[in-house]
Parts: sequence; structure tokens; C-alpha cells
Amino acid sequence: MKQKRRFKLALSYVLLVLIALVCIYPALWIILSSFKVGDSLYSETLIPRQLTLEHYMDLFRSQSDKDLPYLKWYWNTLKIAVTSMVLGTLLQVLTAYAMSRFRFKGRQTMMSVILILGMFPGFMSMIAVYIILLQMNLLNSPWALVLVYTSGAALGMFVAKGFFDTIPRALEESALLDGASHSQIFRLIILPLSTPIMTYIAITTFTAAWVDFIFARLILRSRENWTLAVGLYELVSSYSSTEFTLFAAGSVLVALPITLLYMFLQRFLVHGLTAGATKG
Amino acid sequence: MNRAITNPNRAAGMGNAGIAALLSVLVMGLGQMYNRQWMKGIIFLLAELVSLYLIVTSLAYNLWGLVTLGEQSAHMEKIGRLYRNVPGDHSIFMMIYGLVALLYIGLLVCFYIANIKDAYRIGKRRERGEKVNNFRATWRLLGNQGFPYVLLTLPAIGVLVFTILPIIFMILMAFTNYSAPDHIPPKSLVDWVGLRTFTNLVTLEAWSHTFVGVFTWTIIWAVVATVTTYFGGILVALLIEQQGIKFKGFWRTLFILPYAIPQFISLLVMRNLLNYQFGPVNQYLRMMGLGGVPWLNDPFWAKVTVIMVNMWIGIPVSMILVLGVLTAIPRDLYEAAEVDGATGFQKFRNITMPFVLFQTAPILIMQFAGNINNFNVIFLLTNGLPANGDYAYAGSTDLLVTWLYKLTLDNQRYNFASAIGIIIFIIIAAFSLYNYRRSRSFKEEDMIQ
Repeated sequence: MKQKRRFKLALSYVLLVLIALVCIYPALWIILSSFKVGDSLYSETLIPRQLTLEHYMDLFRSQSDKDLPYLKWYWNTLKIAVTSMVLGTLLQVLTAYAMSRFRFKGRQTMMSVILILGMFPGFMSMIAVYIILLQMNLLNSPWALVLVYTSGAALGMFVAKGFFDTIPRALEESALLDGASHSQIFRLIILPLSTPIMTYIAITTFTAAWVDFIFARLILRSRENWTLAVGLYELVSSYSSTEFTLFAAGSVLVALPITLLYMFLQRFLVHGLTAGATKG
Repeated sequence: MNRAITNPNRAAGMGNAGIAALLSVLVMGLGQMYNRQWMKGIIFLLAELVSLYLIVTSLAYNLWGLVTLGEQSAHMEKIGRLYRNVPGDHSIFMMIYGLVALLYIGLLVCFYIANIKDAYRIGKRRERGEKVNNFRATWRLLGNQGFPYVLLTLPAIGVLVFTILPIIFMILMAFTNYSAPDHIPPKSLVDWVGLRTFTNLVTLEAWSHTFVGVFTWTIIWAVVATVTTYFGGILVALLIEQQGIKFKGFWRTLFILPYAIPQFISLLVMRNLLNYQFGPVNQYLRMMGLGGVPWLNDPFWAKVTVIMVNMWIGIPVSMILVLGVLTAIPRDLYEAAEVDGATGFQKFRNITMPFVLFQTAPILIMQFAGNINNFNVIFLLTNGLPANGDYAYAGSTDLLVTWLYKLTLDNQRYNFASAIGIIIFIIIAAFSLYNYRRSRSFKEEDMIQ
């Protein structure tokens, strides 16, 4: 019996290690590739014989043969992602709060509408958005992108609403009795309680803006206005076979901040994911 | 303006409420003024004047444009001695403007009705001899009872302009002939064609063949992708939570890694990793004496590959969810089972599995719907390739969504793309509706309190 148990444990450990390898391998491979000498995809060994920082330097040097304003792209992306995060989180939290805490006319209708809108593929409306932005003279502007990301933020409110639903209503009722206004209640009671869900929403909106290339490619027309996602996608389709290591370095720099953020803020992400799942 | 007004002769014919309502029907704001709510009345009146001005100057024309979609295409016209190219009506812009006009008028009608109701309500209050709010009091009331509306105004405008309007536009497009090569403004006009796009999709050989093929693969993909990630997640979670496994936190953190790396990057990396000629995976296979596998180049293998890569990406999320559920299973259930002599497998089958399934069933359906729309995995990994000669503008691994994307951006077949979009919506709506009706949290929303 004991032996059988030990065998089972050993098998489990073997499986765990195997899964771990599968999880890590692609990340490890791309990181090592980014330090590899030369520019080809093919490598004889996993760990390159010679390491170099050249590809990282290449990203930040202006080169005559390619047009890769990587630093500019990084800055554009950061600007867009941070602004969308702040505005998007604000809108989403406010919407969720209103839907969770108040019973007003049209509430059920609004919730149903939000649900239905979420069922359309997000980019199906691309052409219309394009024309609207064209008419507003906003094409090729990073702010147009922020506008598009932010205006859709309210639609993702169900996770936050589920969270607000769990905050006991007695808290506000007593505050109301003490003469607090609605905005005071929101600022002084609800906001401090909802840091976990705010963090979750902030990370996810930030990431969404950081990695989106569908709308970014549609809206940002000129090369120097691009974001990292658009630039990298372009890099892959035009250079990946010939400049693989450059792509590797570029991807590592794009992925690193997000990955670190996710790993460090895991707790909040797990919280948000599970909250969103059970509350629907 | 803030005097309390009472009405002594209530019996004389129509009461205050009726008169106020009637006046408001005539002109917006008039009833409010009759009720001595001057400020409110003036604002309403201004709203009506501005709307009338807009309707006369542009909205009426825009509505006409929505109905006709333009009558004059770009053409040559003799001006003086020379023929010049004269721009015609741009049907698509006309459609959007028409939609905006329609939305505006719709909102105006709602506002008008609210205005009549408001006049009636305040009038009733006067009949009862109650005090009528002055403007400042109304304003304060708005800040208090209307607080949710204040919160929701900005998000609502954003959603209206950048989500609802585009979606309606998209739906309308399916009923036009807006498509390359013959009906692309500004060169030529677009017309309403009713359901012809849909019938073409089903009856025209090239389209129906593609549609059936892509549709079938979309469903197969959604089912397999959902099932593999879901049960994969359960297995990994159970593996970690087993008795006797050490460093549970370490394993969990490690396995979250694929979720933490931006999907966009990991997919592009995978694409290179699985490169047939130079990719390391095939390199190792060849070193072991096995031939390389055409991961992304063969129609069948490409399908297997996208599902496997999707497992890599999706299992961590399911794992996190299942881990959350597992910790919530009451320990005494297991203890009782052990006392009764249940084997490990029996405990799993009769306690763990029902518990997990029950808790996560709604997610399962949500993930299924998400997978039907899973644009990233297909687009970034295979881009729909390998090519399929029998398909119209689609490759072997294309899903309905990626097909839609290609039809829109690469081929300008907007009407077909919209029709497909509507079909995707119907599929997803059906599943979500089913899910929604079952989910307790919706029905018993207020019971959590």
C-alpha cells in the first residue's frame, strides 16, 4: 500500500516537472535566442555558444536598412496603455458600482444590452469605427486609440459588479444615515474596500492596450505612431526569417513588463478571475 | 419661482396635470413653465429649438440618405468644354450619418415623452397642493436620486458611439451590396438588397462550400479547445493539490507563467518554435531520428497544432479557477468517505468531480463562446493557413471570425463579412442565453445581501 502510494507520488512529480518544462521552454528559448550571435532562427544548441547584447542595442540604434523606431514605439505604447488604464478602470468601476448598488429604471435593460453587446466579435464594427474616427479627424492619433479602448471599458463591468455585490449594503446604509453623500460613500467606503478588484481591472485594461494590434493597426497609419504590438507583428511578417534574433529581443522587452506584473500581482489576478467566474 | 403654489379651483374642468401635459405635448418645456418651473422649462424649450434647427438643416437630409443610400454615383460631367469627374454620393458615409440622425431622433422622442410625463407629474403635485421644486432643489434631487444616471452618462455615451452605433451599422451592411469589386464608394453606389447576401452565402457554390467548411471547423475547434483546456486545467489542479505534494505554491506560480506572458508574444514565438525547417521542435525530433512534423504547413497538423498551443495558453486559466473551487470543497466530505472506505478514484468521481463541474459549468459555456470568437490563436499562429484552394478567401484553419476579418480588411467583401458576423452573434447569443438562464447569480442577485 505504502509502496503504491510512493509510486503514485513519484509519477505525479514526474508529471509536474514535465508540465513545468513545457510551460517554461518557449519563454526560455526566446530569451536565449535574443542573446544569440547571428540572426537566424536555427540554432544548434539550446544554450548559445556565445552570448551577445547586440540585438538589444540594435533595437535602440537607428539603422539605415530598416525603419524600426523601437524606442518611439515603446513610448507610444506606454502612453496609450497608461492613459487607457486610468480612464478605462475609472469608467468600468463607476459603471459596475452604479449597476451593483442602485436600483433604477432601465437597469435590467442596460445589463441585458451590455450582455448582448459582449456577444459580438469586438472588431466586427471596425469599418464603422474607422469612418467615425475619420470624420472626427482622429485617424492616426494615439488619442483615438485611447478613446476606442476606453469607450468599450464599461462593457467589461460584470467582474467588478460581482465584487461590489458582495460588499454588505449595511455599510452604506449606516453612512447614509450619518448624512454622507453618494460620492463620499463611494470614495471613502467602497473604493478602499475594492483595491483587489481595481488592481485586477487596471492590470487587464493595461495589458489589453499593451498587446492590442487589431485596432492599433487600423487606426495608427504612420510608422512612427505605431505601438509595439503593431511594430512587432510587422517585424515578424517582414523580418522574422532573416532577423529572428532581433524579433526575439524585441519580444522579450515587450513581454517582460507584463509578465513580471502578472507574476507579482498574481494574487489579484486569481482573485479577479475567480470572482468573475462564480458571479458571471 | 420658488413660491409654493396651490390650486384652489381644482374642479374647473381639466386639472393642472392635464393642462401641463397638453402644453408639453405642444411644445417641449411649455408645461414646465405652466408649472412655474421656469429654468427647467427654458432648458427643455432650448433643447427643442436646437433639435428643430438640426432636423431642418441636416437630420432630415441624413434620414433621406439612409433610406436611399445616395442616388448619384461618381460620374463625368461636361463643365464648359471639358469633362470633369464629379464626386457622387458616398453611400457608406450617408448610412452612418443617417444612423446618427436616427439615433438622435430616437433619443429626442424618449426625451419628449419624459418631458410630457414630467409636466403631468408636477401638475398632479400642484393639484394636491404640494410644493413644487425650484431649480436648485431639482438639481439636488438629480444628484441624489439620479446618482446612478450621473455615473452612467459618460460610459453610456462611449458605448453608444463606439459600440452600439458601429454594431447597428454592421448589421445594416449585411443587407446591402457593399462589396468589392462593383460596389465600393466613392466610385459607385451601394444599395439595399434585402436578404440576398444571406441567400448567396447558402446558395452560391463557392461561398456555401467555404461557409459550411469554416463553420464546421469553428464548432469542432470550439468544442475541442474548450474540453481540452477545461479538463487539462482540472487535471493539473488536482495534481498540485494531491496529498503529499510539496511546494504547492511553487508549482502553481510556475504553471501560471503561460498566462502571464502576453498571448500576442507567446503565439508569435510558438509560430517560430514550430517552424518546419528551422524550428527547434522539429530539430529535436530529427535528432531523435524522427522526421520533422509539418506543424503549421499541413491542413490536418495545423489543426492539431492550434489546439495544442491553445492548451498551453488556456490550461493555466482553468487551473486557477479549479484551484479556487477545490479549496472550497468541505474537508469532512472526504473524511466521511475515507471512513466508509472509499478509494481515491471513488472520492474523485463522487465528490471532487461533481463539485468542480457544478461550480464551473457556467464558465465552461462562457469559454466555449469565447473560443468561437478566439481570434488571436488562429490569426497569430497560422493566419488561417495553410491555404485551401476550394475556399473563398479562407484557409484551412480559419474560424468564422478570422474569415470575417480577412473578408473585411483584405478583400473588402463587407456585406458577406457582416452576414457572418450576424451568424456568429446568433450562435453565441443562443449559448449565452442558455447559460444565463441557468446561472443562479442572475436570478438571485439580491439574495447575496
